[in-house]
Amino acid sequence: MNNTRRMILKGGLALLVLASLPRTIMAAVWPKKIFSSTTASEALKSLLGTDATTPSDRINLKVPEIAENGAVVPVSIDTSLENVESISIVVKNNPRPMAATFEIPPGTLPKIASRIKMGETSDVMAVIKTSNGIYSATSEVKVTIGGCGG
Amino acid sequence: MTTTIKLSAKLKGGVADIKSLMLHPMETGSRTDPDTGNIIPTHHITQLVFTNNGKEIMVANFSTAVSKNPFFGFSFEGGKAGDTVKARWVDNNGETDELETQLV
Repeated sequence: MNNTRRMILKGGLALLVLASLPRTIMAAVWPKKIFSSTTASEALKSLLGTDATTPSDRINLKVPEIAENGAVVPVSIDTSLENVESISIVVKNNPRPMAATFEIPPGTLPKIASRIKMGETSDVMAVIKTSNGIYSATSEVKVTIGGCGG
Repeated sequence: MTTTIKLSAKLKGGVADIKSLMLHPMETGSRTDPDTGNIIPTHHITQLVFTNNGKEIMVANFSTAVSKNPFFGFSFEGGKAGDTVKARWVDNNGETDELETQLV
């Protein structure tokens, strides 16, 4: 088989493999812009197109009332809201308020638990986007020692 | 290479509970090295993706405000014992690690 034919065949095979790669290897793009936003309003507008959220008592936001160590503040969020698409954690007084955002595919429960850094006492907001709208729940966490370091 | 990920995947009444712990400095980029006086550059996990038998079940996007050695837990439905759950993280330096475990 001559070299050109071999090259074309190899190239074609490579393209075929690439096209058939499971979607999971190419995960969603990390939303850099929303994480560099310096206000909660800007971050929410960047992520969801609006900073308007409807407070909902169907969101269970669990954070400590007082965090001795702002470097490790446990946050857990779950909700009885239906058709949840994403859950985000916003720390209003952090230099960059959007702490994390989670994409919830169908079949995954709208429930997350993690640990975040807080620079100072602040409202922590759980923002949940569903197919019906954008909802939120807010709780204040008093921080004794700030967790941003420096 | 030793893994940076601890992963547990347990079925409880039809729901699979996933708990993960990742070793990572999660540097914010605003800390100063006390010895050199230089700023320690930002170095943090940007994205953590979970799959079950190859199907994406969670995408977690992290900022530098996620704590050092991040813990992350979540749950999903439709998993069966023996399914393969995989956790994979990527950081802002392009480093990556992944770990698989069976759903029990």
